[in-house]
Amino acid sequence: MWEYTEKVKEHFFSPRNVGQLEDANAVGEVGSLACGDALKLFLKIDPQTDRIIDARFQTFGCGSAIASSSALTEMVKGKTVDEALKITNQDIADYLGGLPSEKMHCSVMGRDAFRAAVACYRGEPAPEEQLEGELVCECFGVTDEQIRSVARENNLTSVEQVTNYTKAGGGCGQCHEKIKEIIAQVRGELRKEKKAPAAAARPMTNIQKIAKIQEVIEKEIRPMLQQDGGDVDLIDVDGNRVLVALRGACVSCPSAGVTLSDAVGAKLKELVHPDLHVEEVSG
Amino acid sequence: MTVTYLDNNATTAVDPRVLEAMRPFFCERYGNPSSMHSFGGTVARDVARARENLAQSLGASAKEIVFTSGGTEADSTAILSALATAPDRREIVTTRVEHPAVLNLCKRLARDRGYVVRWLSVDRQGKLDMDEVRSRITDNTAIVSVMWANNETGVIFPVEEISEIAHEHGAIMHTDAVQAVGKVPMNLEASQIDFLSLSGHKLHGPKGIGALYVRRGTRFSPFVVGGHQESDRRGGTENVPGIVGLGEAARLCSEGFADHVATMRRLRDRLEQGLMATVPLAHLNGHPEARLPNTLSIGFEYVEGEAILMRMDVKGICASSGSACTSGSLEPSHVLRAMGVPFNSVHGSIRFSLSRYTTEDEISYVLEEVPPIIRGLREMSPFGREYLSAVCTVQ
Repeated sequence: MWEYTEKVKEHFFSPRNVGQLEDANAVGEVGSLACGDALKLFLKIDPQTDRIIDARFQTFGCGSAIASSSALTEMVKGKTVDEALKITNQDIADYLGGLPSEKMHCSVMGRDAFRAAVACYRGEPAPEEQLEGELVCECFGVTDEQIRSVARENNLTSVEQVTNYTKAGGGCGQCHEKIKEIIAQVRGELRKEKKAPAAAARPMTNIQKIAKIQEVIEKEIRPMLQQDGGDVDLIDVDGNRVLVALRGACVSCPSAGVTLSDAVGAKLKELVHPDLHVEEVSG
Repeated sequence: MTVTYLDNNATTAVDPRVLEAMRPFFCERYGNPSSMHSFGGTVARDVARARENLAQSLGASAKEIVFTSGGTEADSTAILSALATAPDRREIVTTRVEHPAVLNLCKRLARDRGYVVRWLSVDRQGKLDMDEVRSRITDNTAIVSVMWANNETGVIFPVEEISEIAHEHGAIMHTDAVQAVGKVPMNLEASQIDFLSLSGHKLHGPKGIGALYVRRGTRFSPFVVGGHQESDRRGGTENVPGIVGLGEAARLCSEGFADHVATMRRLRDRLEQGLMATVPLAHLNGHPEARLPNTLSIGFEYVEGEAILMRMDVKGICASSGSACTSGSLEPSHVLRAMGVPFNSVHGSIRFSLSRYTTEDEISYVLEEVPPIIRGLREMSPFGREYLSAVCTVQ
C-alpha cells in the first residue's frame, strides 16, 4: 500500500476542476491508455494579459495521477503563462506534501501537460515533438531528450530515479545502460555549468571555504557514496588540505583510493577551489 | 467502519476453531516433539494428528506430507529437489502465469545455473494449449511445474492430465496448489502428481506454515538441511502451533467442503452477474467455467485499478488489482498480459476473491458501492467518453 499524504488523498477524493472546458483556448494531452495514465488539461487564457483564467482536467490514472492533475489546475489558475511555466514537477509534488518516489512520474505528467497546453496556445509544436530525440525506452516510449530534460530539472543520479520520474527503464530493463550514459552526460553538463560561476567568483574567506566544502560534501558527495553503501565525514580543513574519513562500505572498498581522488577530490576542486587537496584520515 | 473482505486469494481470516486448536501449544504444551520426555513427546502425537488430517483432505497418506514455512518454501523445495535428483536433465517446463514463487525461481535458475525454461503460454481465457504442453515436455525435462489454479484469475489447469505427460518422459510433476486446496476436490492417490505445494493462510489457517506433498517413492533432496525432523526431509524444529493450525484448517475445509464451495460459487456468480449488468464496458478475465468457485477478476475499461481500490477502501471494501500502479512496478500483472488482455482493461482489472465467510449482505453492499465508483472515475477520464455517454443515456 502506498503512503499518500493527506493532501494527496484529499485531492484524489475531492479533485478540483474536473471536466472539459468548453471555451478553452489551450489544450495539452500527455500519456496513453497503454501506459496506464493520461492527462488532458484545458486552459482558458486571456490573450490580452496572458493570464490563466480557468483550468480543468480529465485524468485516467491512479490516485496520485488524479491528485497531481487537480493540484496542477489549482496552481496555474490566476498566474500568467510565464509565471506558470516556472512550476516544476517538484513544485507539484511539494504542493501535495510530497509523493512516493515511485510516483514522481505523476507530477512530471502534470508539468508536461501544462507545457503541451502552452505550446498549443502559442501555436508552437507540441513539446514532445520538440524533444524528438532517439527512443530509449521502448516499453514506455520515452526518448533520450525527455530523460535528459527531467534528469536535469530534478538532478537525478540513478536509473531507478529516472524510472520513477519518467517510467523509462520500468519495463524490460534493456535500456538501463543507455539511461546510465544519459545520466552521466547530464551530470557532466551540470558540473560544467556550475564550474563557470565558481571560477569567476572572488577569493573566498576561510570560513566561506569551509562552509562551501561542507555543503558540497553533504549535497553532492555523500548521496553518491551512500548509493553504494559508503559514506564520508569531513574531519578538518587546514588551508587547502581537506581531511576526510571514509565510512561504511568505503572503508573496506578496494577502490577507496580511487574514490577519494576521483569523486571527493575532483568534486571539491571543481565546485569549491581548484587548489584543494583531499587526504584520508582515520576518524 | 465494517470491513468487507473480498481479498481471500491474498490471505484469509483464521477460523476461530483453528486458533483454539493452536492455543495450548504456545504457553502450556510448548515442548519439542523430538524430546525424549513425555512433555515434549506427547506433542509429537498432535503433530502426527495434524499430518493425518492434512493428508486426508488431499487424498494422500501422512508420510507424504512435509511441513514447510509456507507455499514459497514448498515450491522451492520441490523444484530444487527435482533438479538435484536428475542432474542430467537440463530443462524446466512451467507457465507464464505462475506465482512469483515459481516464476522468479525459474528465471534465476535460467540465469545462474543455465537451465532452459520452457514457458507455456495461455490463451485469452487463461487456458493452456495442451498441444504446446505435449511438445514442450521431453526426455530432457527435469520438472514440470504448473499451478493448479491461478491466483489472479482463478483459472484451473488440468494438472492431473499434465502429470501423465510428464511421467511419460520420466519428468517430475509439481503443482503449486496454494489457491486450489480447499476449493477444488483432490484425491492425490489417484493422480500422478509428485509434488504439491500448499499454504496454511489461504485456507483459514495461520501464516508461516505450509506443506509439500511428496508422493511416496519420489526421489527427494531436502532444501532446508538440518536435524532429522520431517523424516529427514526438512530440518528445523517443527512450528507446532502452525502445524496443528494447518491440520485443523484442512480438516474444517474438507468437513464442509461441498457447502463452502456451493456458497462461494453462488455468491461469486451473483457478484459477477450484478457487476456485469450494472457496469458497462466490464469484462471477465479468465475462463468462465474452468475457474475457482471464489474468484472473480473483472477488467473495467477506461479506469485505473489503484484509483478503484482507493475509493473502495474508504467504503471498507478490500480487493486487489492487476494494475501497474498497485504492483510497485510500472508493468501491469504478468498474468493478464500473458493472456493478452487489452491495455484499456488490464489497468482497470480488479480481483474479488470470496471465502466461506462471505455473506449475501456483503455482496449486496459491493454491488451498491462499486458501480458508482467506476462511473465517477470514468467521468474524470479523457478516454472513451463519447461511447460512454451513449451507453449511459441508454441506461
